Amino acid sequence: MNKTVNQKAWFLVLPVLLLVAFSAVIPLMTVVNYSVQDAFAGDFYPLDDKLEWFKQMLESERMWDALGRQVAFSAIILAIEIPLGIFVALNMPKKGFWASLCLVLMSLPLLIPWNVVGTIWQIFGRVDIGLLGYTLAALGIDYNYTQDFYAAWVTVIIMDVWHWTSLVALLAYAGLQSIPDAYYQAAKIDQASRWKVFRYIELPKMMGVLMIAILLRFMDSFMIYTEPFVVTGGGPGNSTTFLSIDLVKMALGQFDLGPAAAFSIMYYLVILLISYVFYTVMTNLDKRDGH
Amino acid sequence: MSDLAQKRGFALPGVKGNAIVMALYLLFLLLPIYWLLNMSLKTNTEILNSFTLWPRDLTFDNYVTILTDASWYSGYLNSMAYVVMNMVISLAVALPAAYAFSRYSFMGDKHLFFWLLTNRMAPPAVFALPFFQLYSSVGLFDTHIAVALAHALFNVPLAVWILEGFMRGVPKEIDETAYIDGYSFPRFFIRIFTPLVASGIGVTAFFLFMFSWVELLLSRTLTSVNAKPIAATMTRTVGAAGIDWGVLAAAGVLTIVPGALVIYFVRNYIAKGFALGRV
Repeated sequence: MNKTVNQKAWFLVLPVLLLVAFSAVIPLMTVVNYSVQDAFAGDFYPLDDKLEWFKQMLESERMWDALGRQVAFSAIILAIEIPLGIFVALNMPKKGFWASLCLVLMSLPLLIPWNVVGTIWQIFGRVDIGLLGYTLAALGIDYNYTQDFYAAWVTVIIMDVWHWTSLVALLAYAGLQSIPDAYYQAAKIDQASRWKVFRYIELPKMMGVLMIAILLRFMDSFMIYTEPFVVTGGGPGNSTTFLSIDLVKMALGQFDLGPAAAFSIMYYLVILLISYVFYTVMTNLDKRDGH
Repeated sequence: MSDLAQKRGFALPGVKGNAIVMALYLLFLLLPIYWLLNMSLKTNTEILNSFTLWPRDLTFDNYVTILTDASWYSGYLNSMAYVVMNMVISLAVALPAAYAFSRYSFMGDKHLFFWLLTNRMAPPAVFALPFFQLYSSVGLFDTHIAVALAHALFNVPLAVWILEGFMRGVPKEIDETAYIDGYSFPRFFIRIFTPLVASGIGVTAFFLFMFSWVELLLSRTLTSVNAKPIAATMTRTVGAAGIDWGVLAAAGVLTIVPGALVIYFVRNYIAKGFALGRV
């Protein structure tokens, strides 16, 4: 749709601007403030080197380790959830009662409070009272997510797959629904194989929604806090301490405000940068499709 | 057309394969939830001493505990209170803004739109401490409105995005005809335009509800007693007096119920909402 140029539209946007500025800009400036000063007992003292906290954080092994774990986590869950979500969407019923039922049941995990998601898996994986843990133990598999590195990672990843694959599937499903029947008929006349139908008809048509799915899953997995915190508390050791868990530990636990603030800013910038790339790709795809 | 669509099927080996894949996937999704439900209907003795696939000694005591103890059920009321406040605030400011984005181009509109999106990307962990200080200094700590405003950080951008997607679908000619007929902007917006995007507003409200309902980090940081959400009530009870597994499971099941109730009404729009109105 071609839009009219109208500068007065700013007045309609003003309430949003004020509200979001209040809840985003003021806190963000507080963070910036902390990151370049030494806060102690409510007073601020100037730092000799304004960037001291940033330098300290850049040299800190702890932050790089947390970042490494975070990148690994996001990469793994994207690598599982995106193909699995597409696969599920391809297998969903097209219409009618079964389609509705699938949609409702699949959406269920998305609406569970995040700490309850954690609680569910915490219980489910326990060797004494959880179905999963008990079954694995009965099969003779040594599984203990509070003490074993691999078990903790597998649990946290399966939990995320459980929690969010439906989102990818729902989006892919919506993309598939928008493909006109004529495309499939043409493919049938050409005797295209199932793979070719997927590769040349379904995948390109799903590209737009898949970009959104990747963007959302990347952002949210990069900020993940509550679920792994409830299940593993960041352990065993630091093995599932992702960026947000580490940050909260530093800021609210140890009250190292300066370094935590510097950490926050770099963390935010990384997310912004990567999301900007996705966003640009997304809007370009939008334009190409003529929205 | 429907005939062809049904025959076509999506999966490789045909209809049967589809059903098996879906059954397995749904089983994977529902099993952990079933386990929680199962535990919530057992006594603690049964939970800890015998491993049973369904409750042998069916009891609703765990639910009775929650629904009669104020320290438990007030958590639900608090959560409901700030979720509803957040929905009202977010919709009120997002409606005109989404209209502006969908109809007009103005100086800096694209940058503003991306800036709004960046707030959806902001890690709550970054904002937890500054929010705490901000709301403490203005005397709003431990109130419902503080949590509602804090959640507006990510919900308002979301609302603008989803509503903009729905509003784009309303032909511009409707606006023009109304103006020619002598409608003023506020009257046109409330009487004509809002009813046209009613389904979009419903879907947006659902997503605002959802993201405010599932969030814990900010709502826990900003409250202590009077506005403590149910989610935080759960974590504290776990820490304090050992673990009462039955009650914990029942509380968990009760947090799933509101979402499960409303999901039915928006089932056909969920994807569109998650795609920020872009499907």
